[in-house]
Amino acid sequence: MSAVSPGGALLLAMLLLPLVGAALVAPMRSAPTAARVTGLVFALAELVLAALAWSAYHPGGGRLELTLSTPWIPAFGTRFALGVDGIALVMLALISVLVPIVMGSSWAEKLPEGRTPAGFYALLLALEALLVGVFAATDVFLFYLFFEVMLVPMYFLIGRFGGPRRQYAAVKFFLYSLLGGLVMLASVIGLFVVSAHQLGQGTFDWTALVRIAGSIPQSTQIWLFLGFFIAFAIKAPLVPLHTWLPDAGAEAPVGAGVLLVGVMDKVGIYGFLRYCLPLFPSASRALAPLVLVLAVAGILYGALLAVGQSDMKRFVAYTSVAHFGFIGLGVFAFSTQAQAGAVLYMVNHGISTGMLFIVVGMLMARGGSRLISDYGGVSALAPLLAGMMLLAGLSLLSLPGTNSFVSEFMVLIGSYPRAPVYTILATTGMILAALYVLWFYQRLMQGPVRGAAVVGDLIAGSAGGALEGPGTAMAPDAAAQRQRIRFPDLSIREVVVLAPLVALILLLGLYPQPVLNVINPSVGATLTEVGLSDPVVGQGGS
Amino acid sequence: MTGVLPPVTAAVGSAQYAWLLVALPAFGALVLLVGGRRTNAWGHLLGCATVLAAFGYGVVLCVEWLGFDASQRSRELGLGTWFAVNSLQVNYGLRLDPLSLTFMLLITGVGGLIHLYAIGYMAHDPGRRRFFGYFNLFVAAMLVLVLSNNFVTLYLGWEGVGLASYLLIGWYQDRPSAATAAKKAFLMNRVGDVGLALAIFLIWRSLGTVQFSEVFARAGQIGGPTLLAITLLLLLGACGKSGQFPLQAWLPDAMEGPTPVSALIHAATMVTAGVYLIARCNPLYDLSAAGRLAVAAVGVITLLIGSIIGCAYDDIKKVLAYSTVSQIGYMILAVGLGPAGYALGIVHLLTHGFFKAVLFLGAGSVMHGMHDEIDMRRMGGLARHLPITFVMFTSGYLALIGFPFLSGYYSKDAIIEAAFGAGGSAGWVFGGIALLAAGLTAFYMTRLMLMTFFGEERWRDLRTAEGQEYHPHESPPVMWVPMVLLAIGSLGAGYVLASGGRLARWLEPSVGPLVPAAAPFPAVVVSLFTVLVSAVGVLLAWLVIGRDPVPVRKPARVSLPVAAARADLYANAINEVLLARPGTWLTRALVFVDNKGVDGVVNGTAALLGGTSGRLRRLQTGFVRSYALGMLGGSIVVIALLLAVSYS
Repeated sequence: MSAVSPGGALLLAMLLLPLVGAALVAPMRSAPTAARVTGLVFALAELVLAALAWSAYHPGGGRLELTLSTPWIPAFGTRFALGVDGIALVMLALISVLVPIVMGSSWAEKLPEGRTPAGFYALLLALEALLVGVFAATDVFLFYLFFEVMLVPMYFLIGRFGGPRRQYAAVKFFLYSLLGGLVMLASVIGLFVVSAHQLGQGTFDWTALVRIAGSIPQSTQIWLFLGFFIAFAIKAPLVPLHTWLPDAGAEAPVGAGVLLVGVMDKVGIYGFLRYCLPLFPSASRALAPLVLVLAVAGILYGALLAVGQSDMKRFVAYTSVAHFGFIGLGVFAFSTQAQAGAVLYMVNHGISTGMLFIVVGMLMARGGSRLISDYGGVSALAPLLAGMMLLAGLSLLSLPGTNSFVSEFMVLIGSYPRAPVYTILATTGMILAALYVLWFYQRLMQGPVRGAAVVGDLIAGSAGGALEGPGTAMAPDAAAQRQRIRFPDLSIREVVVLAPLVALILLLGLYPQPVLNVINPSVGATLTEVGLSDPVVGQGGS
Repeated sequence: MTGVLPPVTAAVGSAQYAWLLVALPAFGALVLLVGGRRTNAWGHLLGCATVLAAFGYGVVLCVEWLGFDASQRSRELGLGTWFAVNSLQVNYGLRLDPLSLTFMLLITGVGGLIHLYAIGYMAHDPGRRRFFGYFNLFVAAMLVLVLSNNFVTLYLGWEGVGLASYLLIGWYQDRPSAATAAKKAFLMNRVGDVGLALAIFLIWRSLGTVQFSEVFARAGQIGGPTLLAITLLLLLGACGKSGQFPLQAWLPDAMEGPTPVSALIHAATMVTAGVYLIARCNPLYDLSAAGRLAVAAVGVITLLIGSIIGCAYDDIKKVLAYSTVSQIGYMILAVGLGPAGYALGIVHLLTHGFFKAVLFLGAGSVMHGMHDEIDMRRMGGLARHLPITFVMFTSGYLALIGFPFLSGYYSKDAIIEAAFGAGGSAGWVFGGIALLAAGLTAFYMTRLMLMTFFGEERWRDLRTAEGQEYHPHESPPVMWVPMVLLAIGSLGAGYVLASGGRLARWLEPSVGPLVPAAAPFPAVVVSLFTVLVSAVGVLLAWLVIGRDPVPVRKPARVSLPVAAARADLYANAINEVLLARPGTWLTRALVFVDNKGVDGVVNGTAALLGGTSGRLRRLQTGFVRSYALGMLGGSIVVIALLLAVSYS
């Protein structure tokens, strides 16, 4: 009845280790350094486990590998079942890389009054465990459970450790997600009923459900698809369900923001690939044009809004809306090139947006303000910081040589044969990406040294003057911190935090094939489950 | 009409190390940019050494290539996979053939000299080491662009040079104008890049490959409308990179960068990448007459626009920049003429690389001696004070206006002649405008010479913005020696390359044989006319500028054409009205809608489910927190119950 492969034990360990870590760290309220160190040790151990899982995985082996399955609630056919395909595996790798980096970047973070690093680091570890669960679950009910429960640590991260409007943002985040989750629950139950109808006994087993997917009538598929789709589209988020993200992303502490935008949002896209497409193939094919419209609208809409933002963190959130548009396009254009590009895009976006978020956080740690207009000419004072922001920005605008180019190019070229008009519109998004990145960079970094957050500090240093920035959206505790006398460049710790991201941006930009080798077979299998094959290329064309 | 190019074979022998051409400058860039301040002392030397070493190796390669039979001169060197998914295979690889090798020599040779010059020019800049890092990055990216054997790695180099250009235009970061110019250059280039990217998508969909050798061999399989679309999209890419109409407005602004940058990137090499792209894709353009016509038309429009605006500016570098726009227009016109012009465009590109580089370096030398002054109205009579610069500048000037038997004479006349040979009314229009622009070129360059080097020394009574006096002086040898070498090239390159069709024959394996144009009149007549028109231009300039003292302030009341030319023929105004302002409004409107509308509707829906929107805002965290905990607890209870039920 139970089946555990050696790799499956590895996944179970990846799920449990951060939970153990969280339980250990949480009580260390009076020992902040010990809490940080313990948290980091657990996060690094998790990274080691992820590396082991990576090497244990055989691309092109089974549809799911590293499996573990044990009966859980037999009456409902629910099993505690874990396993990964290439898509889930790269997401696990992304989480385990990002969490230690996030911990390093939050090391010296000024937390709101009464909050301790112990709570912060414990929540990060708990979130990591639940994210591992979401990606590794192969039982639909188990997935649903993780999908809902992962909101809890993120809710507390935003609501307890965030910016001035953190409570509004946390509530909004929570309600949106909860709404999506409820709709999905209806579909999950519906799926169980349908499977009972088809098999005589209901099941939540993903593999079994994929097997019967083709025989579910299309009208039923469409209803069930929509339930999952709405939940995932809120999570991803696709326009017009995106408005919670700028608030949540802006008010979340930087570390939580990185995981929110970098990983948690990807659960939505991952859900499309793992659940919407294989479980409801004919609905996916029928509704693809609708999703493509939303995706392309998101690319252009998100980019234009990013151009118009005055708040650095909201800016990052809107650029993500644009990028999720690209990823959505890649998923629903139904070619292996576009889908593999979309999966790689998920990883790359986590890295480059994560880096941008972290650099923005470093800037805020110095200036105290989130407003772009409070800064100016920073590159003259902190050239290394400026260089890091430029690199993150170049990756964001998909400059060839950086990681994002490969994925964006694959999405676009792979989408072109099936969806030329959408692709052309999406490609113009490249121009807007250059605009929002370079203008953002220019306002913050170039020109004469200016802005309340920059000059204010300098004046405060020389004359001890009190200078309040005009309309500064400044956290009270950050404002209190503005007693420094200069605008220092990156510290050693900050360089160490950013260095792995820089290395990954260049490495995945110039040599992404090892990752693609893991992704490709799973993407191919997904496309087969949708009942499609690659569009034919090389036939001349008129 | 299409001549089949010889097959591409695998590179063997010393060519197997051709990746060093890219790796050397890339290594230099990496060391200088990562090494930081520790490399300050010797960074500039390393920067020069990597480029000169690449040049040395390139010369060895070319000598080896000359030993091969013409049918053996197109070779490929595979360097492994970049990314691949099923039918999409993108590999790293070099294409070594006469066209790419020619460009490689230009980039490393002229690039090496400008690197040397920059040692002197940037000597007082605290960021000199970083400057050389960017410069090496540029050379590496440019070599990727021209040496690639497929469209996607070409695109890598294409945007890579764009990045280097962005970084170097914005070099003087504290100047807002420099930052704006850098951003503008990158954005207008991106518009072109979208064209190039879409062309690649179309090529892949049509042929299932992005490899040059396969694409060109099977070009005939592409359907007519698709082929036309591809050629037009490639042209859009070329327009962005090469500052051609309608994307020309960024190039003059790019002069915000240090002068060696203007010489290397925005005159001699990067901006000619569009010419390279079209010449490289000659098997595609050979099959599309409409595509060629579009290319030639863009070239003609641009060369006219550039030469008209060049007459109106007082900024020495902007005049040279518009001259570049215009001269690249000639090259684009040439490659738009198809087999009658591919090689001519490349010849002009090379001679232009020499003389425009020496002109820019000369301008830089003037600025170096004049406290970075760029307004020619504040100069005058400098020939005496910078004698070497003057002589070198003059040789570049003579070469550019097509003085008989100097470089421009050979390369530009041939293009004008070929344009007349395009046939029909198109031939007359193309040829006539190209001829007219030759006169305008002579006019604006003579004006520049007169205002800068001759006449009274207007700077004697003037002060810099910082209140200093001007003390014009000659530049150090590290700056003028490269100028001497480039000047020799400007004088002699035309003869060496063009006489007897030498370069055209060398390029045959890459662009096919040069088909002589069926001009309506003999070549000597065209030459005579061109020289005559140029002489008129020189004379006019002397009549207008040379006889009277030049006012230090530019006259405010001018005729309509002059006002229009001073305003870049309103290109920026048009961009502003059509794109910038509507874009700003749209963005603002969307931000408003997103904050009020979309959010409002969704919040409203949520509020309908959960009470009034007022209550939603007043929700206390405590409430939702307990809700969250409640949900967690509830799930646990439910699961526990289920477990209990199922196991009982």
